[in-house]
This record gives sequence, structure tokens and C-alpha cells, in this order.
Amino acid sequence: MSVPSGAARAFDLENAEQSSTPKLHDAFQLQRREFFKVLGGGLLVGMCVSSLAQESGRKPGGESEDDLPKSLSAWLHVAEDGKVTVYTGKVEVGQNIRTSLSQQVAEELRVPVNSIAMVMGDTALTPFDMGTFGSRTTPIMGTRLRAVAATAREALLGLAAEHWQVSRDSLAADNGVITDSHSKQTISYGELTRGQQLVSLVPDAPPLEPAKDWHIAGTPAAKVDGRAFVTGQHKYTPDMTRPGMLVGKVVRPSAFRASPISVDGGEAGKIPGVTLIHDGDFVGLTAPDEAAAEKALKAVRAEWKAPAQSSAATLFADLRKPTSEAGETYGMDPTHTQGSVEQALAGADKTLAQTYTVAYIAHAPLEPRAAVAEWNGGKLTVWTGTQRPFAVRDDLANTFRLPIENVRVIVPDTGSAYGGKHIGDAAVEAARLARTAGKPVKLMWTREEEFTWAYFRPAGVIDVKSGVSKEGKIVAWQFDNYNSGPSAIGTPYEIANQKIQFHGSDAPLRQGSYRGLAATANHFARETHMDELAHLCGMEPLEFRLKNLNDPRLVAVFHAAAEKFGWGREKSSPTRGFGIAGGTEKGSYIATCAEVEIDPASREVSVKRMVAAFECGAIVNPDGLRNQIMGSVIQGLGGAMFEAITFDNGKITNPHFAEYRMPRFADVPQLEIVMIDRKDLPPAGAGETPIVGTAPAVGNAIFAASGIRLRSMPLVPDGLPKTS
Amino acid sequence: MPVTLLVNGSVHTVDAAADETLLSVLRGKLDLTGTKYGCGEGQCGACTVLLGDKPIRSCRTPLSSVAGKPITTIEGLEQNGRLHPVQEAFLKVEAFECGYCTSGMILSAVALLAKNPVPGEREIQEFMNGNICRCCTYPRIVDAVRLAAGRGKEQTR
Repeated sequence: MSVPSGAARAFDLENAEQSSTPKLHDAFQLQRREFFKVLGGGLLVGMCVSSLAQESGRKPGGESEDDLPKSLSAWLHVAEDGKVTVYTGKVEVGQNIRTSLSQQVAEELRVPVNSIAMVMGDTALTPFDMGTFGSRTTPIMGTRLRAVAATAREALLGLAAEHWQVSRDSLAADNGVITDSHSKQTISYGELTRGQQLVSLVPDAPPLEPAKDWHIAGTPAAKVDGRAFVTGQHKYTPDMTRPGMLVGKVVRPSAFRASPISVDGGEAGKIPGVTLIHDGDFVGLTAPDEAAAEKALKAVRAEWKAPAQSSAATLFADLRKPTSEAGETYGMDPTHTQGSVEQALAGADKTLAQTYTVAYIAHAPLEPRAAVAEWNGGKLTVWTGTQRPFAVRDDLANTFRLPIENVRVIVPDTGSAYGGKHIGDAAVEAARLARTAGKPVKLMWTREEEFTWAYFRPAGVIDVKSGVSKEGKIVAWQFDNYNSGPSAIGTPYEIANQKIQFHGSDAPLRQGSYRGLAATANHFARETHMDELAHLCGMEPLEFRLKNLNDPRLVAVFHAAAEKFGWGREKSSPTRGFGIAGGTEKGSYIATCAEVEIDPASREVSVKRMVAAFECGAIVNPDGLRNQIMGSVIQGLGGAMFEAITFDNGKITNPHFAEYRMPRFADVPQLEIVMIDRKDLPPAGAGETPIVGTAPAVGNAIFAASGIRLRSMPLVPDGLPKTS
Repeated sequence: MPVTLLVNGSVHTVDAAADETLLSVLRGKLDLTGTKYGCGEGQCGACTVLLGDKPIRSCRTPLSSVAGKPITTIEGLEQNGRLHPVQEAFLKVEAFECGYCTSGMILSAVALLAKNPVPGEREIQEFMNGNICRCCTYPRIVDAVRLAAGRGKEQTR
């Protein structure tokens, strides 16, 4: 299938979507002396990214994190005391990669997981990385770190052989110690590297342990710093303090695209220590503490002028309008065509045309956007929760006209992101305030700011036209997506005649990445339509899917989910319905079954039970994976059932948790997860794709019970409607 | 205005306005940053602390209303290097992903178990429903509360 699907393409799309910064100019050069000055002696192993580009399934050429030939993408240091430190530009936002990457290093290096320190997302210490998104950490960074660790292990074995003047063949490494099987002598990694300043680069084909032989990776591992989270000791960005630090606030405009007419500090200026900063359209203030800052913010009188803007009421019509610019296709060919849809539709036994919509939704990470900025002469250091520390660094350098080397961005492990923290607005704001204040400034967005001034998962309109033969084979498939995005836009079903197209729109709201990107919208439309086609053909929905499917991995998850769920064992009734959906994106496969209950009096819909079967190649950390799948499936219930951002004339009208309903304990169904471990396949990322099956499975279950076909996400924000 | 607070068994006198929130004082003046801001509206539970053995939303609690009363934050649960059983259970079940809601979740669970040492699953869901986990680790949080209550079985890892 040549349609945009698959991890590499999705990554490119997401990157193109989000990359407002120019390409990298500062490929990192390995400066041996500098390294050892910072790290101390020992063994340093680095990796040039080009050498594994092919392993990741990507072709050379183009701009991506895989194709920076002169740059190092990862390095690892074994200190003279045997301590292992790994440096990666990836960040931890709750997806648990600090642990799963440690496991992969431990596996190859043959050291305990807890002997490894991971330095992550610090632009001064870690190698360049495009960002933590697109489910790329496990397949790409995991593979690289394994290669780096395997190279280190081989180098250490070589050192031991030299040290004892024996053949390497008699040596084995385990638990940070090398043993000679003949003489039974042992030597630790630390003893071997003492007094050394050794540098190794990863060869083209480092000897990696196959997944079937893993004994640390592939097993459940507890979160490496879990204790810090249950004791409140972990310092997220908002928890940081710096000497002399002030609290910053931004005076927000009255509406989107507004600019200030007048700004009057009023009583704010009389509060001790408060400074008002007005720079172009930006209005902000600093104060000695939170209470003073809040008081000052309330006292500022600002008048704004804003252009008339559209509202949620006309959203879907607006999205269908042609764009004012030709862009918005993210540099991709927006159309996939094979065969002739027109002819196939004309010759089909039955045809169906339907439209599906998805609303704007918010990421609502529980840790709001926040930053601590500190200037030191012409140098700027910012701590902030972001998925793209290097892009934020570049953004800061551009904004303040600084050389890149004068900006350092550090990402403390962050209170979640879900694709919502790709940009550095809070970082820029904190740095702007700190520059005038002459002191470090902490800025944390309020929940209302989060809901208003961040960006949203794109809303979208999707038209599907299809034709089927009387045997239940799909013969024509036309799929037009307006605005929500091209991820997983292609169908995994075998259809001879296809026309699949993404159309950009002039979006009324600021929009960007969200867990799974448009794969959620595209799966919702596709898998709902598949259900409709099954009913049109008088076929059982799973049977209809399998009849049109050849992909063995997708077939396998459908079977696994159906078996665990007991699919087909019970018939739907007006108060209880069963639905199924599935799909693939970013190299992993999901099938989801849902059971819903409908209260005929209140017309309230509740999801009682779900089964999700998931396959992402070889599993690195089964415990962490289970947590990710579970969270993803349940988070998906929000967008499926009730989450929607509403807006009117440039204002968000529900910017609070009280008005924006998200999944809570009472919404959680009984949930069973089936994980298929394919040790014969390379591991794929897993944080995103499990979300895509939820909405169509629930919608199909609602139809099975009620006969009402819902084609808009969220499905039941106000309970079950009377008709479709 | 000086206000006396009794937090985690220690007496603190802070200079703050009577209407300043407990959350703001805990985080800004006592450096007890384990208590989190999530919404400032009492809707998400990230800022939950205990007043006696009752859970309160510190973001909606004026300082004057809790002066001199015993407050427990996440930092006060551990005793002599030993984790509270609820902390132990959260760790064992790994009932978190990003961890930002965890302090509030744990304190709500401690309050629940003080009220009913052996809550059923429905009671856990109802009592904890004011605490949001945006990572949606809910099933494991329920498991952790049951484990702490001595009735749950540990999740198979």
C-alpha cells in the first residue's frame, strides 16, 4: 500500500506540521577533550545517526532526525567507577521511556537497570533530537541506544581481553562484570575504564541481542524513579525555584488575534515589587510571589481590539471552504489514487455516501504549560515541559536574537503532553519577562489559559463514498478529509479502486498535534463506515472486515480482541450493544471491542466493558506497555463520548474542567488488554495507536443497540439523540 | 498578616493575606511543591491535602480557614523513611504515568481508607471521582487503593 501510513511518513507529517523552525545548523561534533573534561575519564561511545537510517526503514535523503550524517544522535559514558550515563534528547512525559530505554541499554550492556542514569532533553548536554513524538522513541532511539550499549559492551570485552592477554572468546559480560571462563578471574567495568579516555563509535552493524534472547528488555520493569512520584519529591517545571526568582503573568487578550488599544497598570503598579511589561502585543507582569502577581493581574486595565471571527456553529461548513493558501498539505502529495473510483462506483451492487465530523478537543495536560527562565549576561537558560527542547531552544534564539549556543533548554520530566507541548510559548513568555525583570521568572499558565491559548486537536470533516459487490467485497473507496489531517488516511482493507485525499482548511483555531494525530478521526470515519457497509450488505461486522482484509497482523488483533471479548456470543438488545473496530498506524495494530449500555429513560450511554488487542512488534516493557494501552483507550473515551471545545467569535466558551468533561473514574469501563508479543519483529512505538479504536467501537456498539448511527465525535455529549 | 499553620506535624508561621489560598502558601512559602496546581477551581483534585483526615482542595481553601488546624501533604505521609501503605501500593501497582495527579490521588485514597478501611470498587470510584488522571491510569489507581486496603491482588506485571 502506497498510501500514507507507516511510522516514517507519519513522523514526517507531524514534523512538517510542527516545524516552524529552520533546519538544524549545528550538527554536533564530537569533541573528545571537552567530553572527558565534563564527564571524567572512562569509556565514551557515540553514534552517528546515518548508520542506522536503513534499519529504521527510512531511505536516505530528506530532512529528518535520521539523516544528519555528521551529528551524533546518542552517546553513553561508562565512568571510572562503573557508573553508566546515557544521553538522549528525548523527553519523559509519562510515556515511561526513561525506564524502557534504560532496560534496552541494560540488556545490551549487561548491567542492572538501576545502575543507569539517563540524561534527557537538555540542549546543553544531550545530542540533538527532533522531538519526542510520532511514536518514534522505541523504534528509533531504542534501537540506537541498544547499538551504543552493544558497542560499549564489545569495547569492554576487548579491554578485558587485552588486560588479561586472553582470547575474547572465553570472556562473558554480565551484571557489569566480565568473567574469564577459563581462569575464573573477574573484572568490573569500572576497573577496566579507570584512567582511560576511550572513544568508540558505533559500527554499521553492531551485534544486537535478538528480542527472543532478551532477559532485561522484554520483562516488566518498575518505573526507575517511581518513588519520587509517590512522595511528591519529583520536581516538575512549576515546582522549581531559582535564587531571587519572581512570578510572571501574561495579560491575555480579550479574544484571539486581538491587539491592545490601551494598557493601564492602575493599582497594579502600587503593589510592591510589581513590574508591568508592555512590548508590542505582549503585555505581562512580574511580582515577588503568586499572590501579588494574581492581585496585580486583576488590577491591570487593558483594552483590546479584535477582528470578527467565526464560531463553532459554522465550523464544519467553514472547514470545507477552499484554503486561502495552497500550503497546508505538509509538503506531501495530498492525493492517493488507484484504479477508478468513478467506474467502480457505477458498477457496484450497492453504494454508500456518508459524512463524519470530529470536534476540536484539548490536550488538557494536568501540568499546565510552564517555564522558568534565567538570564546570565547574554545567556539564557529555560526549564520547561516540552516535547521539542531543541525547537524551543531555536525559537528562543530567534526571538531574542541570540546565538543558539547561548540558549539552553532543560526539560524536567513533565506532567504529560499528549502531543500538546510541541511549542515553547510559556518559555518565550517567561524569558521575555525575565529579561526586563533582571531576575529569574517562573510562569505557569492557569487552566483557563491552557484551554484558551494552547492549541487543539484539529476538527475535521470526512466524506466517505464506497461501493460493494453483492458478495460483500468493497470495490470502491473515496475518502476526503478536510482539516483533521492525513495520518492513517489510507485504508488497510484490500480495495482495488481508491481515491484518498486530504484537504487543508483555514482553521478557525490554533491547532496541532494530538496523541495519534488524525489517525483517530480517520479511523472513526473509516471504521464507522465499515460498520455501515456491513449492515448494508447484511453481513456480520467482523466477518465483513475479515472478508476485505489481507494484512495478517491486523487480522490477528481482530481475532484476539474478538476471542477475549466473546464477540458474537450474545446479541445486542435495545439497551445493550456490542461494537468492534480496528486499524493500524505507526507500525502497530489495534482492535477494540466495546459494550455499551443505554438507559432508555435518561438516554444516557455508558461504556460497560472494553477489550483492546494490541500488537507493536517485540514488547520492551510489558508492564509499561499495558499502562500505555489502558490509558490511551480510556483517554480515547473522552473524545469519543463527550469532549469538545466550543468557541464563539475568537473566544473559547468552555475553558474550565467544570465545562469541559473528561473521563473520570465513574466513566471507566471494565477493560481487558490483550498484548501480542511478536519477538520476531522490531519494536514499534505504542503510546498513540491504541487510542484510535475506541470511538468507532463505541459508536458501532451504540448503533447495534439503538439503530441510531452517530457520525460526529463526540458521539453523545448530551446523551443519545432520538435519530442519527 | 502572620498566620500559624500546622503542616505535617510542624508549626509554621507565614506572612500572608487571609484570603491567600492554602495551595499558594504551601507551594510558594513552605516549598511543599508535592501539592500541585491543576485547575484552581476545585475540579481536578491535583491540589488535594488532608485537613485532619478529610480531603480538601487546597486551591479553594483560604488560609484563614485552616489556621492552626492539622494539615497533611504528600510530603508528610512518609514516616521515618517508610512509605505510607497507600504510597507503597501506588508504587507496587505503578498507578501513574506522568505522576502529576499522584499526590492528590494518594491523599484522596488515604482519606477514603480513613473513612472506610475496606471500600468496594464502586465506593472507590465515587469517592475518587473528583480527582482527574488525564493519563487515564484509573483502573490501576483503583487496584492500588484495593491493595492498600489489603483486599486487592497485585496486578500481574
